[in-house]
Amino acid sequence: MTAPSSPGLPDYRAQSPAVAERFRKLQERPVVLEIEHLGRQFPGQAGPVTALRDISLKIHRRELVCVIGPSGCGKSTLIRIIAGLDDPSTGRMLVDGKETSGPCPERGMVFQGYTLFPWLSVKRNIMFGLEMGGMARDQADAEARQWIDLVGLTKFANNYPHQLSGGMKQRVAIARALAPNPRVLLMDEPFGALDAQTRAQMQAHLLEIWRNVDVTILFITHDLDEAIFLADRIVVLKAHPGEVQEIIEVPVPRPRHLSQVTSPEFLATRRRLDELIHPRDVHAPVEKLPIVRLTQAGDDVE
Amino acid sequence: MPRSRRFAIGQPLAPRPRLVLTLLSFLAPLLAWGLVSYVPWIWHPLIRVGSPGDVAWFQPGLLVERRVFAEENAKAVAAGGHAANGTRANPIFLPAPHEVGQAFYTAFHTKPLLRGDLWLHESLALSIKTIFWGFLLSSLFGVPLGILCGAYAPISRFAEPVIDFVRYMPAPAFGALAVAVLGIYDAPKVAIIFIGTFFQQVLVIANTVRRHDPALIEAAQTLGASPRRLLLRVIVPSCIVDLYNDQRILLGWAWTYLIVAEVVGVSSGITFFINQQAKYRNFDNVYAAIIIIGVIGLATDQLLALIGRQLFPWKHTRPSRLSLLLGRLSVGRATAAPSSPPASP
Ligand SMILES: Nc1ncnc2c1ncn2[C@@H]1O[C@H](COP(=O)(O)OP(=O)(O)OP(=O)(O)O)[C@@H](O)[C@H]1O
Ligand SMILES: [Mg+2]
Repeated sequence: MTAPSSPGLPDYRAQSPAVAERFRKLQERPVVLEIEHLGRQFPGQAGPVTALRDISLKIHRRELVCVIGPSGCGKSTLIRIIAGLDDPSTGRMLVDGKETSGPCPERGMVFQGYTLFPWLSVKRNIMFGLEMGGMARDQADAEARQWIDLVGLTKFANNYPHQLSGGMKQRVAIARALAPNPRVLLMDEPFGALDAQTRAQMQAHLLEIWRNVDVTILFITHDLDEAIFLADRIVVLKAHPGEVQEIIEVPVPRPRHLSQVTSPEFLATRRRLDELIHPRDVHAPVEKLPIVRLTQAGDDVE
Repeated sequence: MPRSRRFAIGQPLAPRPRLVLTLLSFLAPLLAWGLVSYVPWIWHPLIRVGSPGDVAWFQPGLLVERRVFAEENAKAVAAGGHAANGTRANPIFLPAPHEVGQAFYTAFHTKPLLRGDLWLHESLALSIKTIFWGFLLSSLFGVPLGILCGAYAPISRFAEPVIDFVRYMPAPAFGALAVAVLGIYDAPKVAIIFIGTFFQQVLVIANTVRRHDPALIEAAQTLGASPRRLLLRVIVPSCIVDLYNDQRILLGWAWTYLIVAEVVGVSSGITFFINQQAKYRNFDNVYAAIIIIGVIGLATDQLLALIGRQLFPWKHTRPSRLSLLLGRLSVGRATAAPSSPPASP
């Protein structure tokens, strides 16, 4: 595919020497998560529905990969299979080169709906995975405290989830998933329910945590800017059936900052994503909805 | 609060209207009862004879129907005698509130007429004991079985159809059987409470457990929870509040089987007391005993609700007054326990 010539914007594939060097080094790192020819079919009323078809992907250690795609393209299905909560119809998955299936703390997951345990305090929520891994209570307690400090919730250690705001809940969920020391952190639209400002803070938080913790992140979102801001690489899926459309190496240099949102690399990538996700001609007339006028004549808003 | 808001769907009430309505809930029936008892021209279908006049069979204190009273008086007057007089009265089975009020005191102090009969408080203790054992035994088996049914489909398929079948059989129908097997004293009564509670209990608990949030199970699985631990560390705690409230409702259920249970074999407990007092036509004592059952039930339920609030702190945004008090006591002279800090992202 060729990028359309757009005045003023560089090619989204053009990388500065520093960025190119970073990607070269990244690819030298060992592959942590590998999926091969993954497919998933669901039984439907009119025969089986293919939600995912032939997805192959390699993610290197401490890489941050975002998956985007239109609604219903199978993003959640993909991440649930990787988390072991769903089984693929075809293909296989390897973690550190070993084939695996079923849920396991080496693949931590953060859900869109928080899914904190309401009967446990923030600290006990974070201790949960540690205790399941067989750690003694007092050691788990000490370790949970470190995680609480890391996500900046020291004052809320003994609060219950219902006493926290959405952003705080999601920070607890991240700490809880990271505490058992997973190889891969899977996140399914984790900030989808947050308002724009909190969302931006959480993105910065996540990058900060990722910098300090040895973990590889697979992040699902439908927010294109979020994907560019966070990712090393962006996997673009298309719908019906869900297939990989393109894998983009984000040319925006790290460390990332909000001011980069207007940089040429960012805009070029954004333009490319727009083309892939909303391929329809923007100049095509918008389809008119067959709505009957329900207001009085002369009472116009536009 | 404006009237329209008060009737908005799903709106909680402010503390004052709450209290007022709770009081009214009890006062309204009491008021109706008082009106019927104290206002002579409302109902009062009988006449209590004052002086019998020249009606041969009238005696002071006798209750006769108004029609009969008028007829007899007419006859007496026609025969040239004096008419009887009297006041309008209610039947003996409807004592006035103050009479029942007094009965709360006198019932406890009425010496049993027959030797071997029990005092009211002894009867009550016996009834409570029956309920306690029946409900405890039922819960000991019913709650774990219900949880297993709710969590594991094969167990549910195996146990629930037959339980569903048995629960339609009325518990009293097992009375004769229980006596034949367990004798005539306390055991068959406990058995009736058990039968009346157990089958419903399994189904109610299983249904509650089935409503658990599957997202929490998945979250726990990704954190490495084994299937056995899922049950005890996730499924049960996630429904524990609902299970507790189910138990409160089921305990009320057990009480409704008490009266049937107590006439099985040798009649005993509060039922025996009520039947005896009705036989002696001490209807004020009968009402007092029935109301005491209600009071015990309501008090137990409120106590359990209060305990529940202490047991499940995550269900309540505001700390309860008792926990605040306890917190203050344990902290010593420090000021009130910290309320939850304002949430910010
Ligand atoms: N359990 C299921 N049974 C049948 N079909 C399913 C099931 N789960 C998902 N699907 C189908 O698979 C496709 C992908 O669903 P999925 O939830 O993965 O999409 P998504 O990309 O996460 O969408 P969104 O952005 O709206 O969250 C959809 O067409 C959906 O109808
Ligand atoms: Mg989804």
